[in-house]
Amino acid sequence: MEDFTPVSGLFGGLLVGLAVVLLMLLNGHIAGISSIVGGLVNPKGGDTGWRVAFVAGLLLGALAYVLMGRGPSPVDVLASPPAILVGGLLVGFGTRMGSGCTSGHGLCGMALFSRRSMAATAIFFGVAMLTVFMTRHTF
Amino acid sequence: MALPRTLTALACGLLFGLGLAISGMMNPAKVIGFLDVAGDWDPTLAFVMGGALLVAMPAYRMILARRRPVLAGSFSLPEKARLDAPLTLGSALFGVGWGLVGFCPGPAVAAVVTGLPAVLGFVAAMLVGMALHAWISGERKIRTSSSPEAGDAAADPR
Repeated sequence: MEDFTPVSGLFGGLLVGLAVVLLMLLNGHIAGISSIVGGLVNPKGGDTGWRVAFVAGLLLGALAYVLMGRGPSPVDVLASPPAILVGGLLVGFGTRMGSGCTSGHGLCGMALFSRRSMAATAIFFGVAMLTVFMTRHTF
Repeated sequence: MALPRTLTALACGLLFGLGLAISGMMNPAKVIGFLDVAGDWDPTLAFVMGGALLVAMPAYRMILARRRPVLAGSFSLPEKARLDAPLTLGSALFGVGWGLVGFCPGPAVAAVVTGLPAVLGFVAAMLVGMALHAWISGERKIRTSSSPEAGDAAADPR
C-alpha cells in the first residue's frame, strides 16, 4: 500500500462532493459526467449551454492542478493502445446504456439512495475488479 | 436568465475537476491500484468516494426538501425506478472498459488537459461509443415508434 494517499484523497473527494451538491442546489442537476458529455454527443434541444460550461470548468480545474505542478505525475496510462481504444468504446457505450457512470450512479445516485444506482455501482465495480484481476493476474 | 446557471455549471465543473485532480483519481494507474484487490492494494478511491458521499448524502436530503433549486424551476431527477437489462448490461460493459484502462468518464475528460495521446485516444473512443449508443437506440426508437418517448434520456443520472 505504498501509494496510499488518504488525506489528498479525502480532501479531493470533499471538493467533488461540494461540486455535486452545488449543482443540485443551484441548478437542480445531477453531476453525472457521462450524462453531461453524452448530452453533447447527442444534443436534444436547448440544454447544451450548461453542459458545455460544466465540461469547460472540469478542464480548467484539472488544468489549474497540472499547472501548479506539485505532487507526482498526475496521469499514467498503463494500458496498450488497442486496450485503450476498446476500453474507451466500452466506457462510452456502456455508461450510456447503463444510464450512468462513477459520478452519476456512484456518487449522485448513491446519495439519492436509488436502487438502480446501487445495483449499477455494484456491477461496474465488481466487473472492473474482475477485469483487472484477469488482465493482471491470469494472462 | 440563463447566465447565472451557466456560471454555476462552470464553477461546479471547476471544483469537480480540481477535486478529481487533487484526489489522484485523474491517474488511471491509481484507480487500477484500487481495482486490483489481489495486488498491492491502494484504498485511496474509497476515501475519495467516501469524502464526496459524506458531503452529498446529507446535503441532497436537505436540498430535495426544497420546492425547487435556487436558479431553476424544478429539479431534474431520474424517473426510472426499476432495475432492467440495459442498466445491468451497460454497467457491466462499462466495468470491463474501466478495468482495462482505469479511466471512467470524469477523470478521462479532465485528463485531456495533459494532452497525452493515450488520453486523447481514450476520450475519442469514448465519444464514439456514446454516439454509437445514441445511433443504435435512435434506430430502435424509430422501429418501435408506437411507444411514446421510450425511456426518456434526460431523466436518467447518466
